[in-house]
Amino acid sequence: MAQEIGRRPYLREVPRVRWFFDHPRYLRYMARELTCLFIGAYTLLLVVGFARLADGRAAYEAFLAALKGPLGVAFHVLALGFAIYHSVTWFNLTPKALPVQVGEDFLPDWVISGAHYAAWLALSAGMLYFAGAF
Amino acid sequence: MSERTFELEVLRYNPETDREPHFQIYSVSCEEEWVVLDALNRIKETLDPTLNYRWSCHMAVCGSCGMMINGEPKLACKAFLRELPVRIRVEPLAHFPIERDLVTVIDDFIGKLKRVKPYLIPKAEKALSEGEYLQTPAQLKKIKQYTLCINCMLCYAACPEYGLIPKFIGPAAIALAHRYNQDSRDGGRAERQQEIASSEGVWECSFAGACSEVCPEHVDPAAALQQVKIASTVDWYQEHLMPWLRK
Repeated sequence: MAQEIGRRPYLREVPRVRWFFDHPRYLRYMARELTCLFIGAYTLLLVVGFARLADGRAAYEAFLAALKGPLGVAFHVLALGFAIYHSVTWFNLTPKALPVQVGEDFLPDWVISGAHYAAWLALSAGMLYFAGAF
Repeated sequence: MSERTFELEVLRYNPETDREPHFQIYSVSCEEEWVVLDALNRIKETLDPTLNYRWSCHMAVCGSCGMMINGEPKLACKAFLRELPVRIRVEPLAHFPIERDLVTVIDDFIGKLKRVKPYLIPKAEKALSEGEYLQTPAQLKKIKQYTLCINCMLCYAACPEYGLIPKFIGPAAIALAHRYNQDSRDGGRAERQQEIASSEGVWECSFAGACSEVCPEHVDPAAALQQVKIASTVDWYQEHLMPWLRK
């Protein structure tokens, strides 16, 4: 008679916090996710700007002057860099979520992500136009 | 044929004697064109017959020999030694309980696979005399890549969400559900949505994309999951905001 084999499966737990240091692809993923914090922070800054505007001309001008200070400029450069990274990494993923089949074949990935970049450019140009840049 | 000595650092676990897994190093002479599975076979044949691992086809079709090779989920039969350093760390697939050595307990995945009904549920049953359920080349192309899944579970070993939240139905099972939902001959979407559109389904996915990066058959489960998210969101809007559109 064969001896009964004892089963005692062993589960190796995933570390709750350190897991994303285990592989570069997890770090890239976390970079994509965490850069959204700068987009959120910039949105909050705009809300603060609206509040200063509601407080009157002097408050708003003081707010604008603060933005032109070294801290304000440093934050803008950082936020712009991270916002571009966040947007580019997401736009490059759009072909996965939105495949378009025309006849038998699917449109190439660059068409789908390219459409997003085109919309991004058009909206940015529209914003600049309304802001009086040209 | 030239031979070279490789050092395989293999995670061993014997449930009858070991409290926890430990590494054992084997020095084994291998031919240049071998894969990791060949090296394991030589170890088992010449050095240590007690080493346990699963394999069957040796040609990336059966999906049995998935393991972590230098931290990367790979099929041992598709991991060429010439592309690896001389010291190779071999561990069982991450995120699954270890049964013994490199053999994992896969009941969780099999259960999830059953839940998503990965088979054709015809819109209307046809009598055999009425012939086949036909499909155009375009309809086939829509689902083709997802049909290549071999259930090897590398995507589960790569998925950080599955590692942290084991109740997540996971990449392969949802991609297969999507494959049948997208099939022109199928009418089972409502049944599958109950599973895959739930909180244990696609909404646990945060699109890390690791599943698609490691798939040995070049299936894109991450794409399937995002498409299921969009379709489920459209369902929600139709149900709550435009109920007259629902039949």
